Amino acid sequence: MTGALLALSGLTKAYPGVLANDDVSLSIAPGEVHALLGENGAGKSTLVKMIYGLVAPNAGRMEMNGAVFAPSDPRAARASGVGMVFQHFSLFDALSVAENIALGMEDPPKLRELSAQIRDVSETYGLPLSPDRIVGDLSAGERQRVEIIRCLLGKPRLLIMDEPTSVLTPQEVTILFETLRKLSAEGTAILYISHKLEEIRVLCDAATILRGGRVVGTCDPRETSARQMAEMMVGRVLAGPVREAPEPGPALLEIKSLSVPSPSAFGVSLKDVSFAVHAGEILGIGGVAGNGQDELLAILSGEWPCLPESVLFKGRDLSRMGPNARRGLGVLAAPEERLGHAAAPDMSLTENAMLTAADRQGLVSRGMLDWNRARDFAERVIGTFDVRTPGPANAARSLSGGNLQKFVIGREILQAPDVLMVNQPTWGVDAAAAAAIRQALLDLAKNGAGIVVISQDLDELMEISDRFAALNEGRLSAPQPTRKLDVEQIGLMLGGAHGMEVANV
Amino acid sequence: MSYATPLLAVLATMVFGGFLFAFLGKDPIEAIITIFWDPLFGEFAFFYRPQLLVKAAPLILIAVGLALGFKAGIWNIGAEGQYIVGAICGAGVGLAFYPLESWVIFPLMALAGAFGGWAWAMIPAFLRVKFGTNEILVSLMLVYVAEQLLASMALGAMRNPEGRGFPGSRNLSQYESAHNAELIAGTGMHWGVVAALISVIFAYVLLTRHRLGFAIRVTGEAPRAARFGGVNPGRLILFCLGLSGLLAGLAGMLEVSGPAGQITIDFNVGYGFTAIIVAFLGRLNPLGILFAGLLMALTYIGGDIAQSQLGLPAAAIQVFQGMLLFFLLALDLFTNYRLGFGREAAA
Repeated sequence: MTGALLALSGLTKAYPGVLANDDVSLSIAPGEVHALLGENGAGKSTLVKMIYGLVAPNAGRMEMNGAVFAPSDPRAARASGVGMVFQHFSLFDALSVAENIALGMEDPPKLRELSAQIRDVSETYGLPLSPDRIVGDLSAGERQRVEIIRCLLGKPRLLIMDEPTSVLTPQEVTILFETLRKLSAEGTAILYISHKLEEIRVLCDAATILRGGRVVGTCDPRETSARQMAEMMVGRVLAGPVREAPEPGPALLEIKSLSVPSPSAFGVSLKDVSFAVHAGEILGIGGVAGNGQDELLAILSGEWPCLPESVLFKGRDLSRMGPNARRGLGVLAAPEERLGHAAAPDMSLTENAMLTAADRQGLVSRGMLDWNRARDFAERVIGTFDVRTPGPANAARSLSGGNLQKFVIGREILQAPDVLMVNQPTWGVDAAAAAAIRQALLDLAKNGAGIVVISQDLDELMEISDRFAALNEGRLSAPQPTRKLDVEQIGLMLGGAHGMEVANV
Repeated sequence: MSYATPLLAVLATMVFGGFLFAFLGKDPIEAIITIFWDPLFGEFAFFYRPQLLVKAAPLILIAVGLALGFKAGIWNIGAEGQYIVGAICGAGVGLAFYPLESWVIFPLMALAGAFGGWAWAMIPAFLRVKFGTNEILVSLMLVYVAEQLLASMALGAMRNPEGRGFPGSRNLSQYESAHNAELIAGTGMHWGVVAALISVIFAYVLLTRHRLGFAIRVTGEAPRAARFGGVNPGRLILFCLGLSGLLAGLAGMLEVSGPAGQITIDFNVGYGFTAIIVAFLGRLNPLGILFAGLLMALTYIGGDIAQSQLGLPAAAIQVFQGMLLFFLLALDLFTNYRLGFGREAAA
């Protein structure tokens, strides 16, 4: 290809024991929207980190506009015109948008000037955002706009976006795509990482697919079906989730008029939340992040207290019980944040198995811990859920996001819960692992457990949940049978309370 | 790497301590030898070696308790106060029985000492759990309250009626039932050493094998994960502060009934603060603390020798000990972070 903006050839990066990238070549033309596809651990992040100057390749070369490009750090990469929007935002809640952006700049102009620039960029690219607002008050979509504008102020020639839509409502996704198309029309190339294949089909001009650190194929996403792309990523034929008609069972978990004030300035108060979960049922709770999902899960798991008679299990009041007492009864949970909440990052998988399974799996007797049994249990989780790790002695932090997620969910499922509540079970998890986790949840429901899935991935909720409810600013809508809803309706339910303009309903 | 930093810190302390001593006009090599070598292998080592155990025992006992809390991010800085109150309570029980002789007196004193330290530590614990106060500040300030209490006891309630008006209580070493005597003469081995060894083993088992120790470790590593795992943070604070207070109180009682002998105005010599250094120097690991306590005791004894033989001021020795913690923390920082120079301006 002539006139490539960025050309990578033969890039190789090895970490101890793993070849993260093996002879990877790809090229991106100015204005091209190029998708980078692959399972977790396929080497996407390593590749992107090399382009952004976070790690140096062991072999191979990168060229930018025909000249050798070897950024020693992100600053050098930015100076050469590479911008990156990370999956996790690095923003300070207590500062304003303009202050946050100034913090990331080499040589920030006066705040007033910067605010004018921010307004300018936000109008040009259709990203509504006021520079004076406090970041703590922004939605996830708005926070992402802060990150994007921060990049755009550096006038990048290549914009790297890592899973940008995982936190957005369908309407916000539309806005983002229009911005990206505008950028592309102006000649900015975009390297787009996502698991959502339908989005890639709509947005991208070309796709490179990685598996096991190698390029296994390229395709034109507009002419390739999502299924074909998924199969290239995984390297085998994918089976859709097996779904059997749910039999309505008795109510297991009942939440009655649950109201809990937010404990922190940037948290969300729950207001009059009521729902019930029946045996054999999956209740999907959708909503954009930061609308009370974390708070709801913390209360259901027993980490936070709530008023008596608001959380009932088989008619028994759980409100005053801590997490372990609830586990004893069969009410289990898996929070969203894998590192630091669902698992202790620097502790081994054995220790993390002990964290929640001590009582139900008999890993403890009279207060003394049985590490052998904990290791056996951790090994069972690793084996059953195909967690890719050398062994249970490895630290949770050493696992890739998807693998740790499989471990965290598997740890709860193998404890045979009566009620399981999960928050974002497949967030940042590749297609194959996500399918495995969803299937495990479906199987668990089939065996008579009641399951609450809190997720921002609407496709996921449509696929596995029997009933659907939306969480908006701490309020839960009445659950509706999922079959009667389509994505558009759900999107409006979510976006409406979120301050988005709802046009042409 | 993290196990090498204590050794490097000791070396750095020797080097910079040497500079300090040179500044004070002393021969640095001689001073270092006096501090680290003479107590163990010098001419009078037979006298100093038992002293090593006598000094190390309270340090280890206190540091083990502190380390449990530190591991969970619970910062008891007031062990000195708990140590004093433990000594007052223990001595108080002993003095109350005087001159009755009975084997139950000493165990009762131990219980009273432990209780006193525990109760003193429960003040910051309770305030933290109930009102969210900072346990660092509260426990530290209570040290000064305890010091005043000690002075009032030495001058008032516990003053020796046969002491001709001198401040200070009766000498417990002359009261057999209350005396924490050497178990084997000439070795320095007293009940404090036994208690210190037991505490090391207890803490080791607790941390590696017991649910509570696991709760402590998880809380230190990831407080949210600990909460999710069913750890009640309030109860953990009560337990950690309570246990460290209990051990500090026990150390105080064993000190007052043995090596110190009596309640005096300046009975405390800063073991409670030095134990913080010992806890970190030992990597918050019970076995590490055992060695760190012995090392610190060495600097105490060597420091005393240096004071008397070389005329080094006592403050210089304290600076020397403080340097040890300083270098340890600094080296820890550099194993995790890299020093960068240049203009990395941020608004």
